[in-house]
Amino acid sequence: MEFGFKLSPSSAVNLDQVDLSLYERLAAIEPDLRICMACGSCSATCTAAPFTGMSVRKVILDLQRGKEKEAAKMLSGCMLCGKCTMVCPRGINTRHLILSLCRIYGTKAKEEGK
Amino acid sequence: MIDRVASGFHPFVLPFLFGMIFVLGYCLYGIVKILLQLSHEDRRRFLLSLINPVTAWKNIKDIFLNCLLHVKLWKRNPVLGYMHSSIAFGWFMLIVLGHIEVMLFVPHRMRQVWYPIFFNYFVAEGPGPATVQGALLFTLMDFFLLVVLSGIALAMIKRVRSRIFGMRRTTRPSFLDRVGLYSLWAIFPLRLLAEGFTAHISGGGFLITPLNWVFRQFLGDQLHMLPTWWAYSIALCIFMCVLPFTRYMHIPAEMMLIPMRNAGLKIKHARRGFTRAMVWSCPNCGVCIDACPMSVKKINLKDTTVYLNRNIRRGNEERIEQISDKCLLCGKCREVCQIGLDGPSIRIAQRAMRSYGLNQDYTSFRPAPAPAGHKLLYFAGCMTQLTPRISKAVGSVLDKAGLDWEIMDKDGGLCCGRPLMTAGRFVQAKQLIRQNSELIRASGCDTLLLSCPICYKIFKERYKLEGVRVVHTAEFFEELIQTGALHVEKGDIRYVFHDPCELGRGSGIYEQPRRILGRAGYLVESEPNRAESICCGGSLGSLTLGFAQREDMTRNALKHLTEGGPDAIATACPLCLATFSRYADRAVQDIAEILDRVSSKG
Repeated sequence: MEFGFKLSPSSAVNLDQVDLSLYERLAAIEPDLRICMACGSCSATCTAAPFTGMSVRKVILDLQRGKEKEAAKMLSGCMLCGKCTMVCPRGINTRHLILSLCRIYGTKAKEEGK
Repeated sequence: MIDRVASGFHPFVLPFLFGMIFVLGYCLYGIVKILLQLSHEDRRRFLLSLINPVTAWKNIKDIFLNCLLHVKLWKRNPVLGYMHSSIAFGWFMLIVLGHIEVMLFVPHRMRQVWYPIFFNYFVAEGPGPATVQGALLFTLMDFFLLVVLSGIALAMIKRVRSRIFGMRRTTRPSFLDRVGLYSLWAIFPLRLLAEGFTAHISGGGFLITPLNWVFRQFLGDQLHMLPTWWAYSIALCIFMCVLPFTRYMHIPAEMMLIPMRNAGLKIKHARRGFTRAMVWSCPNCGVCIDACPMSVKKINLKDTTVYLNRNIRRGNEERIEQISDKCLLCGKCREVCQIGLDGPSIRIAQRAMRSYGLNQDYTSFRPAPAPAGHKLLYFAGCMTQLTPRISKAVGSVLDKAGLDWEIMDKDGGLCCGRPLMTAGRFVQAKQLIRQNSELIRASGCDTLLLSCPICYKIFKERYKLEGVRVVHTAEFFEELIQTGALHVEKGDIRYVFHDPCELGRGSGIYEQPRRILGRAGYLVESEPNRAESICCGGSLGSLTLGFAQREDMTRNALKHLTEGGPDAIATACPLCLATFSRYADRAVQDIAEILDRVSSKG
């Protein structure tokens, strides 16, 4: 039976239960992560956005909510062009933040493998 | 000249012999190590180049001009040039003339390798009359000893006051460097003393004969002869034994580096092979410290290329990583380096060694096709997207010239790949190169115009676009003016041109933008410019430098640019434009904007 609508699964995130280890680990190397005010300048300028919906703002938001897979999907399209770094009003070195994050994904996967 | 010592041997030659065997052994080990570390293809290429008469001749010429005469240094700083070539060439001549002496007078001693070094101790003036060759050789020997001693004297002065020689900052020598330095300083004065004490037996030239006369007025005996010869030999031994572990390794290593470079080898690994030869060849002179744009802040001084080399030699992994990531890759250190050490490429190779858990993949990207049917395609690139005033001006100029053109990445396209290259992510960069190449080829254009030198460099060097001319706006607009396609009305604004790193040092374009500015207004120059222009500080080359840390570099570059009091700062790079605009006290404009203002239909 087709009713013209359907139920979508809940997208609620229980912040008491999410795994924030990746976010904390990144914040330890890139303390500037915590000064992001989510203005979205990075998203507006991103070269990769038309292809993967990449947005540094969303990546940070996803990490804060423990959504590692979603963040990884966006990151996989980053071309490191550096525009987000240039426009960031908080002066965050987003380009290095992305590189650090890509490295941490590796170490975390390795540790979990053990 | 006759033999004075029947056996031709004295125990004081032993320290010298030990040092020589050690240093030759170490050099042999170094050569084998470097050769084994080269890839099979590179090794073949290098060895073949050695037997190719053209490169072999070039090798000999370059080694003679650079290692012995230091021609490049002479051009840069004549006093430093004299200091280095007097020591290197003077010492070389002392060794060569020593061998000639042995060959002429005591040919049966040729097999005793220490003879040319300690010649004056082992011989006595013969009973017959003095010969012309003998007198000439003595004079030459004394002359070159004097030349070396003058170089050593300059070196001592430089150590105390480097500013006299035009160097603001210099490297801090390590402990072993100091041992090597002081033993090097000691060698030649000791030789002078030793020969001076012996000259009444061996004879001598204009320097040591009078010295001998003076000595003998005070000291009637010969007791000082042997101790000074011992001291001379020991100083040589100490110098040669510490040589492989100090900056003096550059003396033998550069002779290896020059043929490797002439063979066309490239840096492929951050430690091994060609890089090893480069690192060993670094004389730690510290010219790169003054040149580095980061040196404007004291905290960055130890992140310059000379310290990268030192840390690679020491195997300090943590520091190597830090130094490699911080660099702006502006290439100025390479430009001023006396041995042509390629610091930026070593850093990129180091970045490429890193492994990432998440690797980007762009193969699923479906970028919009480039507009077809136009001869001229303009690729704005990421940075120009951020500075739309440039792309607007470029479009306006092209329209005035009546050209059939279209912009390739109107609604955003792919990145050119250069930022990925500088981050050491070659696999990803190649994906972008392939995709962009396909787009351009499919469009059927014959000219690709770029307003960003970052894109220009990689399009020119890495893209294989047969039949498509890759051209930067600076070149292209200058041609438009020359051919009369554009009419330019000269204004009265005074411009200073900032050479962007990737356009000047990176691609060798210096004159065209200056000619455009000369037509548009008045060009004022401000030193340092052209190949030694100071990076704006905004470079994508640096991975770790933050926004705040770059400010001082930008302000320093601006300070130098505005020294001649220009009305406006002109540049040809969107990134330089954006960076300078933040802090400049006067207008910062791209050459396209300037040209757009003063030009009309030709």
